[in-house]
Amino acid sequence: MEPGNATAVVLADLKARIAHVGRPERGGEAVLPFGIPEIDARLPAGGLSLGALHEVAGSGPDIEHGAAAALLVAGVLARLPGPVLWVLERPDLFAPALATAGLHPDRVIYAEAGKPTAVLLSVEESLRHDGLAGVVGELSGHLTLTASRRLQLAAERSGVTCFALRRSRSHDDAQLAEPTAAATRWRVSALPSAPPLANSPGTPGLGRSRWHLELTRCRGGEPASWIVEASDATGRLGLAADTGDRSAPAAWERRRAGG
Amino acid sequence: MPVDKPLITATHDGRRQVVAAADRVARSLGLYPGMAVAQAQAVVPGLAILAAEPKGGARALDDLAAWCLRYAPLTAPDRPDGIWIEAAGGAHLFGGEAALLEDLVARLARGGVTARAAIADTPGTAWAVARYAEKPITVVAPSGTADALRHLPIAALRLPEEVITGLARLGFERIDQLMAAPRPALTLRFGPVLMRRLDQAFGHHFEPIEAVSPSETVSSRLTFPEPLLTPEALTAVVGRLTNAVCTELERREEGARQLDLIFERVDRTLQAIRIGTARPSRAPQHLARLLDEQLERVDPGLGIEAMRLAVPLVEPLSFTQPRDGFLVGQKTETDLSVLVDRLINRLGDRRVYRVAPVESDVPERSVRRIGPLSPAADATWPPTLPRPTRLLKPPQPVEALAMLPDHPPAFFVWRRRRHRIRRTDGPERIAGEWWRLDGERRATRDYWQVEDDAGRRFWLYRSGDAVDPATGDLRWFLHGFF
Repeated sequence: MEPGNATAVVLADLKARIAHVGRPERGGEAVLPFGIPEIDARLPAGGLSLGALHEVAGSGPDIEHGAAAALLVAGVLARLPGPVLWVLERPDLFAPALATAGLHPDRVIYAEAGKPTAVLLSVEESLRHDGLAGVVGELSGHLTLTASRRLQLAAERSGVTCFALRRSRSHDDAQLAEPTAAATRWRVSALPSAPPLANSPGTPGLGRSRWHLELTRCRGGEPASWIVEASDATGRLGLAADTGDRSAPAAWERRRAGG
Repeated sequence: MPVDKPLITATHDGRRQVVAAADRVARSLGLYPGMAVAQAQAVVPGLAILAAEPKGGARALDDLAAWCLRYAPLTAPDRPDGIWIEAAGGAHLFGGEAALLEDLVARLARGGVTARAAIADTPGTAWAVARYAEKPITVVAPSGTADALRHLPIAALRLPEEVITGLARLGFERIDQLMAAPRPALTLRFGPVLMRRLDQAFGHHFEPIEAVSPSETVSSRLTFPEPLLTPEALTAVVGRLTNAVCTELERREEGARQLDLIFERVDRTLQAIRIGTARPSRAPQHLARLLDEQLERVDPGLGIEAMRLAVPLVEPLSFTQPRDGFLVGQKTETDLSVLVDRLINRLGDRRVYRVAPVESDVPERSVRRIGPLSPAADATWPPTLPRPTRLLKPPQPVEALAMLPDHPPAFFVWRRRRHRIRRTDGPERIAGEWWRLDGERRATRDYWQVEDDAGRRFWLYRSGDAVDPATGDLRWFLHGFF
């Protein structure tokens, strides 16, 4: 065996051990794959880790509303069994849209917390109840390292997946780039969509929305980005057919992520 | 009894028949309580007069005070025409004090009772503002007491008639004049009642209320030889009280929907906290934990000498609820109700909900809030209609230019930013629901889902069908984001 290879094996072993330090044994990590090999291959567990905290935000003007981000989260939760708790600051979420991503209205309980601090408390409280498919907290502004660690720990203990839907009034809020304890951080932005009929671009109408999906931070993985078709009626994303894999160079991504 | 005819009740004051109470119509005609009935009849011919029934009235007021327990753990009748509600312990369940008052006045109005209501730091101020403020519903901000009272008439201080007339003779009409006047001289002339009422209104002089407690409610009370001060001691008592109450509920085959915990302090004041549950429950640990979370609202002062736990609202619950920890690992609906209860008690009753579809074409009306644990509606919205993820309430006007009658706009300007439209889908014509609002009789909206150069999708509509001017004025609005 070459020396370089042996070091790699030792490092991999150490990484695996460190990853399990301080975590309760849950008998193998539960994962929800996106069902798109190009995305799942870039995630260390082969999909979205369940029982963990994930951050999702829009970009540019959509940071304020997080419309695409909410649809992405709804699509993921649609594919998990059980009730969903969606904690809002103010009631601007329109439930019929979540249903278009496959999340049935009977499954979602909304809680209007009013303030970011109350959102955090309610999300943490909800994460203790292990019958849920997931908990979504819409948070404007700051999410401290301590607060995010509490959410991550609560999610690990109960196995309930937590999504922090980060929102902000300013379009490039530096607070959203600060480090947190989240397992992954995603950014969703709109891209011009493909014509509804591929062979007749002149036909009016709208096809499926197209998103630039960026994994800007990933515990144990590298940042990556893809161009995807938005969540369909069963909550699944599709890889945009005409663009192929558009994973960008890692160095560029890191700079954008502010890390 | 027709409501538009003046009505008074009459009583005897020892010398003559006087008006005991006058309804709204009678008051608008210039009749007032205390006026001689003969004089009233002269002013208003054909006046309807009923004999006053002080005992019946008092009983009705007691019943009304007991009914008001739905709003707060401590209520008391304030004869002849008022009700005290100690709102401190329960307003959070209604989403705030203003929301509580609005609900209270609206419910009373539906029952035929015209009421005015106010919440203030002291009972005296609440009494004054409820009766003499311009608006029927007022919430006096904490520390806003002086401003709220300043311009009210002297009569707002709950003073005997002779004191009010005496003060009027000296030129005192409003409370701010009294605030500025020398106290000893006024006390000498009118006795201690004047300054006591003023001090009660400002909170310098404490005033307890004698709370009603309907005899048939399940309750349990513990008194302590030594006043309790520490949170740990209070928590221990909460555990004992919930156990006692749950045992009684089990015997009655009932579950609690609401619990009031009343603290009797050594200085004779009462404090109370209230919790609600989404489903009837008699699980002592669950209920005790909900109460424990609210304990921080309680100020023990110099100590608490007795605590009473009452269950003002119960529902039948026949099966024996498993005590916590009995069925380990079993995932049932009760798990969710535990979480829902805790969120409700933290955020308020109306802040935790599910959403069910309503068959309405008007987007704002296509959703309806239902209880978080309501049975599954098992319905969803038509999947083919595009609906935005975020809905703007109300829709915001945008500048847009489009060819009439049914072309999509080429661009629109929102928040001074110009969005060039690349692709569109529409129009989806939505007609107003004339059976709901008269103004909607002919209103029409043409909705477009549009995508701008950057790929962001918006939901725009034009008011009016561009053919008949009565359907709308052709202005464009932004209603949501996809």
